[in-house]
Amino acid sequence: MAGDLIDLTVAEAAERIRSGELAADEYFDAYRDAASRDSLNAFLWTAEDAEEGGDGPLGGIPIAIKDIFCTEGIPTTAGSRILEGYRPPYTATAVRKLREAGARVLGKVNMDEFAMGSSNENSGYGPVLNPWDSGRVPGGSSGGSAAAVAGRLAPCAIGTDTGGSIRQPAALCGIVGMKPTYGAVSRYGMIAFASSLDQCGPLTRDVTDAALVLQAVEGRDPCDSTSIGIEGGIGLPSSEDLKGLSFGIPKELASEAEGIESGVKEVFERTVALIEELGGEVSETELPHAPHGISAYYVLAPAEASANLARFDGVRYGMRVDAGDLTEMYEETRANGFGDEVKRRIMLGTYALSSGYYEAYYGRAQRVRTKIAEDFSKAFERFDFVVTPTSPTVAFKLGAKTDDPLAMYLNDYCTVPMPLAGIPAISIPAGLAAPDDGGPELPVGFQIAGPAFSDSAMLDAAHALEGAIGFGGNGATT
Amino acid sequence: MSDYEAVIGLEIHVQLSTKTKMFCGCSLSFGDEPNSHTCPVCLGHPGTLPTMNEQAIRYALMIAAALECEVPERSEFARKNYFYPDLPKGYQISQYDQPIAVNGHLGDIRIHRAHLEEDAAKLTHVGESGRIHGSGSSLVDFNRGGTPLVEIVTEPDIRSAAQAREWAQLLRATIRRLGVSDVNMEEGSLRVDGNISIRPAGSDELGVKTELKNMNSFRFLERGIEAELIRQRELLEGGEQVEQETLHFHPEDGSLTPLRSKEYAHDYRYFPEPDLVPVAPTEKMIAEARDSLPELPAARRERYVSEIGLPEEAATTLAFHEGYGEYFERALGAGDGAPAKSIANWVTGELVAALRQAGDEDDPLASKATPEAVAALAGLVESRTVSHGAGKQVLTKLVADGGEPAEIVEKEGLAQISDSAELEGIVDRAIEAEPEAAEQVRQGNDKAVGRIVGAVMKESMGRADGGTVTKLIKERL
Repeated sequence: MAGDLIDLTVAEAAERIRSGELAADEYFDAYRDAASRDSLNAFLWTAEDAEEGGDGPLGGIPIAIKDIFCTEGIPTTAGSRILEGYRPPYTATAVRKLREAGARVLGKVNMDEFAMGSSNENSGYGPVLNPWDSGRVPGGSSGGSAAAVAGRLAPCAIGTDTGGSIRQPAALCGIVGMKPTYGAVSRYGMIAFASSLDQCGPLTRDVTDAALVLQAVEGRDPCDSTSIGIEGGIGLPSSEDLKGLSFGIPKELASEAEGIESGVKEVFERTVALIEELGGEVSETELPHAPHGISAYYVLAPAEASANLARFDGVRYGMRVDAGDLTEMYEETRANGFGDEVKRRIMLGTYALSSGYYEAYYGRAQRVRTKIAEDFSKAFERFDFVVTPTSPTVAFKLGAKTDDPLAMYLNDYCTVPMPLAGIPAISIPAGLAAPDDGGPELPVGFQIAGPAFSDSAMLDAAHALEGAIGFGGNGATT
Repeated sequence: MSDYEAVIGLEIHVQLSTKTKMFCGCSLSFGDEPNSHTCPVCLGHPGTLPTMNEQAIRYALMIAAALECEVPERSEFARKNYFYPDLPKGYQISQYDQPIAVNGHLGDIRIHRAHLEEDAAKLTHVGESGRIHGSGSSLVDFNRGGTPLVEIVTEPDIRSAAQAREWAQLLRATIRRLGVSDVNMEEGSLRVDGNISIRPAGSDELGVKTELKNMNSFRFLERGIEAELIRQRELLEGGEQVEQETLHFHPEDGSLTPLRSKEYAHDYRYFPEPDLVPVAPTEKMIAEARDSLPELPAARRERYVSEIGLPEEAATTLAFHEGYGEYFERALGAGDGAPAKSIANWVTGELVAALRQAGDEDDPLASKATPEAVAALAGLVESRTVSHGAGKQVLTKLVADGGEPAEIVEKEGLAQISDSAELEGIVDRAIEAEPEAAEQVRQGNDKAVGRIVGAVMKESMGRADGGTVTKLIKERL
């Protein structure tokens, strides 16, 4: 029976709970049991008892929360040892809104430390395994969220996306992941990595579920001055075709992009053909500055992170390594609490902001960011959406890129430009492809990006395409 | 300093007296139980975000208006990064290259800029050193952390320690009039640092400057700057160089010691605060700030000198001291017919002295001697109903017990002696009692009259009119 329950989408389960056909507690228990048998290392904390559910649109739906969201009284680590044992005194707005919509927190899920990573191998609590192949990574940084949903350990999850941290793991795990427009969802209570890029979004089995979750979390929050919400809210997607819509394929992120696996290319091309079959117009376009996205991103995000992570100093909460004097306490605490990638980015960011280097790095990266945003604006004068592969490769093997940070960073090649421009983008599973390094076929993601605040329209288009792709999502073996 | 010229600029931190902190909803406090005014935001918990205090922006705009600054169309907050336990986020949110106000002036001194920022928490170092290095442990009170501050930076237009003190007092009086801060130096709601250098008189170049901190009273401000000017001159005269450094003033012995460079040498790595949107004050907000300005001390002093004809010093006392200024304005309004100048003399002279003696000088309006009573007293003296000396006695009574001057005069029998026969008798007895002085006066030494007048006043209990007495003495000798 439980097997049937965990195959339901959020929309289906919510409907059954509403009609009385399904008991919310039974549904929760099914997931709690699954989560407690987690062999993917996806969960860092699992709820013992079901929270009070409400009767909102997500009434009775368990949800996995990326461990970057503060939850009052519940351990919150951001995947870092420096926050081991930390129980926040308050709850993130997104989590509060999910509860208000009736959802119940199922657990807190693993992630790359402070959301820095593309494979979840940077977690202070061990890597998450890909449910399709436990020798491979689930992507990152929201790897726990993606693996939990794809591995049937949770019906849905929220994650955060800074340079691709929702979309890339969604692609590698064969589920839907969406990064909304910057400002659509409050960042209050979301432990900051790069504040001007971070955005909360859903990871779900299908597009309708993504819309349901986004509907619940979206909205202006007085606690976050940069939050705006989405005017008119998020509607549930219903489109079955793409008639009247135009799609641009930026050559820099598709045909001319280096390092895209042949299998990924094939699935991408097949999906583009489906768009045309559904009545959409497709032609090539350009985003001339997009290839510089990675360089700009790896200056700006570490710069912001170097300040955002300064508060982990051992003075007020989390880990403290006592030492002879203040400076030593800072050094020892941070040396022991942070992992290598976090240290690398703090150093990068500190350097980029240093007196004498600021203009050459931070200033220049900001200008590239502006150029990329202008490129997108120009493309959106002609096209409703742009489409690209989400990730250049399918899920890669554990350890394959841990010694080569640059190769790891290139995972974000196609996903980084959108957060730099503040625009929404969604990844939907588009098919399976064999990895270049051999082995069974693995999921491939297809990315759709739209202008700022086109979130509802984008979900609608993704819904139509999803129907045509017909990805069963049943390949996950766990 | 004849051969050298002092070049001084001031940096003034003003704690705003808003209801809540700069970026969270915690109420402001002074002297409350430590860490009783905190929340996840001002404790820098992970995931928290700052939200702007609109009242702080309005207050900053009032300060900008009072200092006649330009207000740029938009200003921006930045992160100033450094590690210290009083800084929970590891950075201070401050304005950097886009402050809320620029290019103003107060009196003769130009204002370079004024910007908004948040205050740090308060550290107490346990142990003898009183500093973080060498102390066994340190305690942090986050109540103060996040208090809104306006930092005002002057151009280096000040030329002496005394001028620095006088100008800082004008600034304090001005901000106090705005009602946006307690501006209390002892409590730290007003903090003044100095940027100090010297150069050969007449030179246009700037010398190497030092930054002077911890001058927590106006007296210490003057003494500290004076000490630093002397130190710099001695260095230069001895053929040495002034080093750019930050110095700590010790009020106990007037000494200056360099702050450890490790504590204060920073590359702050400023960058725009991504958690806040830029501030864009509307025309309406700027106009409202301007319209809400009361008469400011500089304007008030000017009015007292030019319209009332008060001497500069009395005008300054009244205009710069919020309490005496209001006291004077109310006494003027009592309309007892006494000239404003005479009321001003009573307030700035006898009243200030009497209240100082009673230890009540900070809040004259709370004194038992009401402004109306002092105005009435000035009227009685002006009409020669009581002598100036008797008037002083009335004032002492007023300060001690309150009441109406006319009643006190009546009750105490302090009315001026108008019976010339009675007065002549007293004068004759005084001349007899002071034969030596009388002889000197006869020989043309007018100064000696004073001793005889004194004797008259003593016998008449101050009820005699000094002018009449002097005239009578001279007639007789």
